[in-house]
Amino acid sequence: MIELQQLSKTYGKGVAAVEALRDVNLSVHAGEFIAMMGPSGSGKSTCMNILGFLDNPSQGCYRFQDSAVETLSRNQRALLRRHFIGFVFQGFNLLARTTALENVELPLIYRRMPRAERYVRAMAAMAAVGLDGREGHTPAELSGGQQQRVAIARALVTDPALLLADEPTGNLDSARGHEIMALLARLNQERGLTIIMVTHEADIAAYASRVVQFHDGHIQNEVCN
Amino acid sequence: MWWSALSLALREIRRNLLRSTLTMLGIIIGVAAVIIMVTIGNGTTAKISAQIESLGSNMLILRPGQRFLRGSRAAAKPLEASDAEALRRELPSVAAAAGITNKAVTVVYGNNNWTTSVSGTENDYLIVRKWSLARGRLISDGEQRAGASVCLLGATVQRELFGNLDPLGETIRLGKIACEVIGLLVTKGQSAMGSDQDDAILMPLRAHWRLISGQQKVSHIYLSARDDTSKTQRDVALLMRERRHIGPSDADDFSIIDMKEIAKTMTGTTEIMTSLLGAVAAVSLIVGGIGIMNIMLVSVTERTREIGIRLAIGALEREVQRQFLVEAVVLSSVGGIAGILLALIASYFIAGALQVPLVFDSSIILLAFVFSAVVGVVFGYVPARKAARLDPIEALRHE
Repeated sequence: MIELQQLSKTYGKGVAAVEALRDVNLSVHAGEFIAMMGPSGSGKSTCMNILGFLDNPSQGCYRFQDSAVETLSRNQRALLRRHFIGFVFQGFNLLARTTALENVELPLIYRRMPRAERYVRAMAAMAAVGLDGREGHTPAELSGGQQQRVAIARALVTDPALLLADEPTGNLDSARGHEIMALLARLNQERGLTIIMVTHEADIAAYASRVVQFHDGHIQNEVCN
Repeated sequence: MWWSALSLALREIRRNLLRSTLTMLGIIIGVAAVIIMVTIGNGTTAKISAQIESLGSNMLILRPGQRFLRGSRAAAKPLEASDAEALRRELPSVAAAAGITNKAVTVVYGNNNWTTSVSGTENDYLIVRKWSLARGRLISDGEQRAGASVCLLGATVQRELFGNLDPLGETIRLGKIACEVIGLLVTKGQSAMGSDQDDAILMPLRAHWRLISGQQKVSHIYLSARDDTSKTQRDVALLMRERRHIGPSDADDFSIIDMKEIAKTMTGTTEIMTSLLGAVAAVSLIVGGIGIMNIMLVSVTERTREIGIRLAIGALEREVQRQFLVEAVVLSSVGGIAGILLALIASYFIAGALQVPLVFDSSIILLAFVFSAVVGVVFGYVPARKAARLDPIEALRHE
């Protein structure tokens, strides 16, 4: 599904240039669950941003579902995000003062889905993450684990081809973290959802089928679990 | 998509109700100021027109001397009572003409005295001035010819001399002479120049000559044109030149004032004042717009994370831009509507206090509303553009 070849990303110009990624080669098949690990600044977040069409690479090839997608405009990337990608962020990033259901509905609004259908799908996504009955709560009224479930429901509601999770358990205690990971693993197995996740913790990475180690902007090694 | 942007904007405004209201206040005051200025200005114009109308429509005033030549008036040949008669008799375009002569006289009745303008005039005067009798009777033709000592009282003189007593049939003293009150005139109110038209006593012209002024002259002739004042003006000028033996190459030694022209000048002046005040008020609308821009910029900074989330889940630049633009336009146009309501209420009370008629100009109300919405678009554009251009990665990291 995803092919990265000789992918590089440089920030800044001239002497101030920083090479965040260099010569990254990676292929991901549909249905895989991949964990990216590595110290801070090793390039895993930059790689995630490029994979999720939040950023363009400086050099190299990025093939997504057999199309070259390395040089796209802002709007083209927005449309790819809208139709193919689901994001789960470390900081949950839910809209404050907005109910859980409305948060989950948000991506569907941008897909111009009719209100009734939107409601049905958002309710189904809430049920899938085990939050039925909490639809009317605002993020402030939910625990950290519940907020992250809402974020996962928001990422899932569009049936994305690829779920990107940037340290999804980073803000949670260990027990809640494992609950979230169990949820992601189940979605991967039951729905065949492709997941790429960034994490610092080895026991969280253990849920993935493959672990990719980053170091200094390139992939050091890959280990299959 | 427009509908969801609208409901989103309304929700955002409700969420920050106090701030939104304060932001709208600039527009509310701007719109209200424009409408109030124009409404009161139009009311003043209407009031002045009505006052000039009350002087008598189609009225011309003939007087000796040229208006614009300094000192020539005193030197000019005075008008004669026969001039008024000739104008009445010879010109079909003149409906009525009356010579008049005035003198300020202290009038006494019982213990009361009052100094007022006593006018000797002919019976056509009341026709020209569109003045009618409240009670009593008019001066008869016989009394005019004989110069009988009878008079008609204006409402102010009546009030000052008689209070609640009935003046009809009573005798008042004008200086040294005695004069019988035979009629009372209806109230005419203030003139456009601000003088009290009811502060007057009318008596037969010949009585005035004989008893008060002592000379057989008229200072002005009041004329009423049958229809077109400019044609009448030409006819009167021709006849007067002939009567006063003015050679073809010489200038007029009299002047004719058209009250319609004066009315036009005066209403023109208030109209200019109205547009001027309206323009000044419009500046406050622009200041209100800057207030909206300021708050929208703050709002974009505050909601950077929200914008980041929206962009990350696939909102297009133009969708984010539309969201903020709609919010600004909703703020400004809701402010516009509130301003219109405020203006309607305030104009009602101000017009009552200033005693001017309430003249609502619907085109100004519409224009003020459209302008307030345009202010939203113009001043909402920069903040909306700023929001749309945010980098989603940076925006999501924003604390």
